[in-house]
Amino acid sequence: MHKGTLAQLAGDLRARRVSATELTRHFLGRIERFDPKLNAFITVTAEQALAQAAVADQRLAKGDATPLTGLPIAHKDIFCTSGVKTTCGSKMLDNFVAPYDATVVERLAAAGVVMLGKTNMDEFAMGSSNETSFYGPVHNPWDLALVPGGSSGGSAAAVAARIVPAATGTDTGGSIRQPAALAGITGLKPTYGRVSRYGMIAFASSLDQAGVLTQTAEDAALLLEAIAGFDERDSTSLDDSVPPYSKLVGEPWDDVTIGVPESFFDAGLDADNAAAVRAALKELTKLGAKLKPIELKYIHLSVPAYYVVAPAEASSNLSRFDGVRFGHRAERATGEDLVTFYMRNRGEGFGAEVKRRILTGTYVLSAGYFDAYYLQAQKARKLISDDFARAFREVDLVAGPTTPSPAFGIGQKTSNPIEMYLNDIYTIGANLAGLPAISIPCGLVRNLPVGLQLVAPPLNEARLLKVAHHFQRATDWHQRKPGGYA
Amino acid sequence: MEWEIVVGLEIHAQLATRSKIFSGASTQYGAAPNSQASLVDLGYPGTLPVLNGDCVKMAVKFGLATNCEIARRSVFARKNYFYPDLPKGYQISQYELPVVHGGRVDVVLEDGSTRRVGIVRAHLEEDAGKSLHEDFAGMSGIDLNRAGTGLLEIVSAPDLRSAAEAGAYMRKIHALVRYLEICDGNMQEGSFRCDANVSVRKMGDAKLGIRTELKNLNSFRFVEKAIEIEAARQIELIESGGKVAQETRLYDPDRNETRPMRSKEEANDYRYFPDPDLLPVSIDERLVAQVRASLPELPDAKRERFMRDYALPAYDAQVLTVERALADYFETVAKATKATPKIAANWVMGELTGALNRDSLEVSATRVSAPALASLLDKLAAGTISGKIAKEVFEAVWAGEGSVEEIIEKRGLVQISDSASIDKLVAEVIAANPTQAEQFRAGKQQVLGFLVGQVMKASRGKANPQQVNEALRKQLGPGAS
Repeated sequence: MHKGTLAQLAGDLRARRVSATELTRHFLGRIERFDPKLNAFITVTAEQALAQAAVADQRLAKGDATPLTGLPIAHKDIFCTSGVKTTCGSKMLDNFVAPYDATVVERLAAAGVVMLGKTNMDEFAMGSSNETSFYGPVHNPWDLALVPGGSSGGSAAAVAARIVPAATGTDTGGSIRQPAALAGITGLKPTYGRVSRYGMIAFASSLDQAGVLTQTAEDAALLLEAIAGFDERDSTSLDDSVPPYSKLVGEPWDDVTIGVPESFFDAGLDADNAAAVRAALKELTKLGAKLKPIELKYIHLSVPAYYVVAPAEASSNLSRFDGVRFGHRAERATGEDLVTFYMRNRGEGFGAEVKRRILTGTYVLSAGYFDAYYLQAQKARKLISDDFARAFREVDLVAGPTTPSPAFGIGQKTSNPIEMYLNDIYTIGANLAGLPAISIPCGLVRNLPVGLQLVAPPLNEARLLKVAHHFQRATDWHQRKPGGYA
Repeated sequence: MEWEIVVGLEIHAQLATRSKIFSGASTQYGAAPNSQASLVDLGYPGTLPVLNGDCVKMAVKFGLATNCEIARRSVFARKNYFYPDLPKGYQISQYELPVVHGGRVDVVLEDGSTRRVGIVRAHLEEDAGKSLHEDFAGMSGIDLNRAGTGLLEIVSAPDLRSAAEAGAYMRKIHALVRYLEICDGNMQEGSFRCDANVSVRKMGDAKLGIRTELKNLNSFRFVEKAIEIEAARQIELIESGGKVAQETRLYDPDRNETRPMRSKEEANDYRYFPDPDLLPVSIDERLVAQVRASLPELPDAKRERFMRDYALPAYDAQVLTVERALADYFETVAKATKATPKIAANWVMGELTGALNRDSLEVSATRVSAPALASLLDKLAAGTISGKIAKEVFEAVWAGEGSVEEIIEKRGLVQISDSASIDKLVAEVIAANPTQAEQFRAGKQQVLGFLVGQVMKASRGKANPQQVNEALRKQLGPGAS
């Protein structure tokens, strides 16, 4: 049952070969069995899931179902869920139960999707390995000693081990695509504003974007169609109609020119990983794609620009976690002065990486440093956006590796933040430019999955998904699964 | 040494929208604590601000009324600081690109001269909540009902030269925002508040002195007193060899003194940056035209018109146009009555305003309607009643005893104007006061007033005073005129 993609399971549900309740029980059973060693979940909502499944079965029986009704998924624990704890991977929110649903959650629930639980993540989505979570690291199903990537590491590991058929995630600098690559699954980050951020706990507001982690591009299309679209509660959401992605994904191949930034294949990229990506590109040409070398002149500025802009916004976004109205309040917080109150609550509630970024962000926004850091970073961001815009005058998509290497060991990079940050070197550009991007499995390196990243012009998710889908029809990398989860 | 006081004001006007600037919560004053704070106002994780377009229109209205430039594109920025009544840990405000800037108002001063005051900028922002330090032994209470209410912060140039000028400017802006119906101007409820930047310099100096910022000025009187006391403090300090420190000071109205705020109450670096949750505000020609078309006649134009159309003195026109409702009331009376506009103005500024103030009522809640006052003034003009009686009738109408006509009728207050009755009353008074009559005949003119008073008293105020005067002179003989 768990071997099916969302699309296949949807077919089974409609044909009444399986009920939503059976599916839900099956996946809850798998979570119970495998999650103790993966640590992919922070909260499992078994009771609620079964209740939702029962309602879904009624809808299916009445013929009142959507294509998603009865499909179980998991939400990254960054999305607020009414009545269910939403921790964002932090001690700060260990006691936080949101009184409302995020738009993504609300839209999927309305479509009849069953929520199995909330997945583990780097604290406040700050990390590339899922090691900064207050709830402990997530283990990569391909090798439990390795990280699954981050920050949507719990979602990636859960889908890779097929303990859920699909999951939501968020991507600020690569947090969907990087773990998707390291876990051997498909990860889609839509155009900035394509999916509402309402109810998604903010890390860096101008970069954050909700998306999905799935087994296939076809599944990603199915979910995107349900979560995309304008939301009046998010001023930055785009007021553009939502194309029928799930239909468009299967349309015949058309002429596609794919730009390949040669600088992505420099010494920073693992040689075997490079070979896998080259092979995938060759596969695309067999499908009819034309490859064209391109130059992204300023892409080397993306990591430094990102590590100014993202912490700057985060330092402000995380100010609301003060222990006054919600969240962690230290035992001895009150009784002394206000500054002590804040210091104790925040000192105890936040982990080291979050503190590092708050400090960095506070610094770059400070009087005297603002121009040199924040404004410079914004200029670099503009140059990077222009780079992509220029490229897209000549090519339809930009392709390259998703990560510099396959998954690394738990604890291997924690002592060196810079090395950790370089994990997102290929993914950050799409966030800075607000572009849609997808990572799809494209090979195994030393028996570990690696990803091919495709980036499209704004709102061109349909083409992105279609090319990925055709690639997946021609290859079976996305069907490779880690051993031990049969 | 002669010193010049230099003042600039930052006025916070709470925008009179039904809902808050970035959330749908109500802005109604006086609700139970925290009952009007939505998840957005509480800064809940995952919530996002959505701009209330009415706030933008109100800002444009103010901009147009003060000859400001309307920014085609303005940007919301975050002002970061920690305080328990600031739920998000930052206030959404505007920093580099305010919604309107570069305007001016002309303020008429007491001596009749005009001071032109620059409006550097006016920007939109959200209000914070309230911290309540009393009533909670050893603890602080927080009420977030006000958090997220839209404010227009109006920043003047340092163009004011005295406490009185600052007061006059503040009254001017107060009148303006009420005319424009963008702020209810209620100072007790904190809808209209003010900080003052005060410095002093030697008369003739071009360079500005070091300024202090005075907080907590929640009445016109406090603004004037605080500036006066602060300027005096600065002058004394400099004259005794000291230097003014640039700092924020709190005005204490009980002790009538300013004192430095504790350094912890003062945030140093707000780390402003553009709010990534909100798009830049774009204002197109159409919106500006639409707002322009909705502008009412403004106080300055109305004042000029009152002087021109009703031949009122500048002072009267000024007083009557401070408040739109009062001006409308006056105009209704002036148009309806046969009495002169000046008489109408006197009554509106005198009896009406007095009664409203006495009973703490708004013009809209007046107990003597404009048509009623017009009819009362008609009776006065026609000589049906005297001025004194008219005041009595006004009070009776105010007390709800009936219409002008009913009260005059019921109380028998019609003025005695027939000469026979007046002659009779006069004769009686002369007979009863022979000494005074003799004194008058001997040339002591002042006694006439006493005798007139006696006749009026005898007629219970109803005799026509002009006629009484004439009759007395006639009856006391030719030597008397």
